[in-house]
Amino acid sequence: MLIIHGHTFNSRLFLGTGKFSSPTVMKEAIEASGTEMVTVALRRVDLDNPEDDIMSALNRDRCVFLPNTSGARNAEEAIRLAHLARAASGSNWLKLEVTPDPRTLLPDPVETLKATEELVRAGFIVLPYMNADPILALRLQDVGAAAVMPLGSPIGSNQGILTAFQIEIIIDQARVPVVVDAGIGAPSHAALAMEMGADAVLVNTAISVAGDPVAMARAFAQAVEAGRTAFVAGMGNRSKQAHASSPLAGTLAADLGFLA
Amino acid sequence: MDYQLTNDIFFNRHCIMQIHLNGSPKTITDLMTVAGLLQELGVPLTSVVVELNRTIIQPDCYATTSLKDNDQMELIRFVGGG
Repeated sequence: MLIIHGHTFNSRLFLGTGKFSSPTVMKEAIEASGTEMVTVALRRVDLDNPEDDIMSALNRDRCVFLPNTSGARNAEEAIRLAHLARAASGSNWLKLEVTPDPRTLLPDPVETLKATEELVRAGFIVLPYMNADPILALRLQDVGAAAVMPLGSPIGSNQGILTAFQIEIIIDQARVPVVVDAGIGAPSHAALAMEMGADAVLVNTAISVAGDPVAMARAFAQAVEAGRTAFVAGMGNRSKQAHASSPLAGTLAADLGFLA
Repeated sequence: MDYQLTNDIFFNRHCIMQIHLNGSPKTITDLMTVAGLLQELGVPLTSVVVELNRTIIQPDCYATTSLKDNDQMELIRFVGGG
């Protein structure tokens, strides 16, 4: 069972709520995914549609709400957003996101560390989005991050796990849960992350913009489940040479020369 | 503008002021509270966070917090996001 900051999660699939075609599709995809953690963003109220409210489509009894600080370009902006998020959600859960470059949306490690430290001190449960840097992961844990969220590849890129080598080190060293976030574009990517020993994955775009988001949510749930089961079962070692699956002893080699 | 308001302005009982709401100028009268503005805008009180001059206003203070000229007000809410 996955436990983050004392909270138990039955599902290891976290879901982003961006880019769904309608609140109804989003709600059905959340149900199909079995997720118990959904992310949301904060934006200015659209004064032309003042009653637009995503919260009415979300079931807060079943899911932890994880507001993000998307849009923040530095620690100061992220901290301001974090306090607004806490006022809006009434909870301390926070996905910290500091992305100064709109082209890559890669996280700023220095500002992320700074903001994590300050927000932990202010009582937030901080899950920082970070580049897959094993040293940074340790530093974030040291200042009190409740989990670390290394990226597989850039946000929304569907490129999959391009950082496998570093994520393996992060998982190996982690004292807090590791949630692979960003770039997961297919159920196989999610399964790979879980086989590597990730504690959970966070998926958004791959599900929300799929032809059938509800069916895709189900596919991801199965992949996460399969990957986790494989990790717990114990994966075999990789090798550069073949190792016969069939027994070598007792073959008919004597009679059938080609089997020798 | 309704008759009472026009009348009040004529007798200099209220002033017209400008605040910045979500980054855009917005004209209000000097008797406007946060609660009054939210009502005028049609924004449900429970679904938003109000930040006034960088300070978060708690919902139970909406009715007692008056807006002043040049106030910077942000109305924020949750939207879908990763």
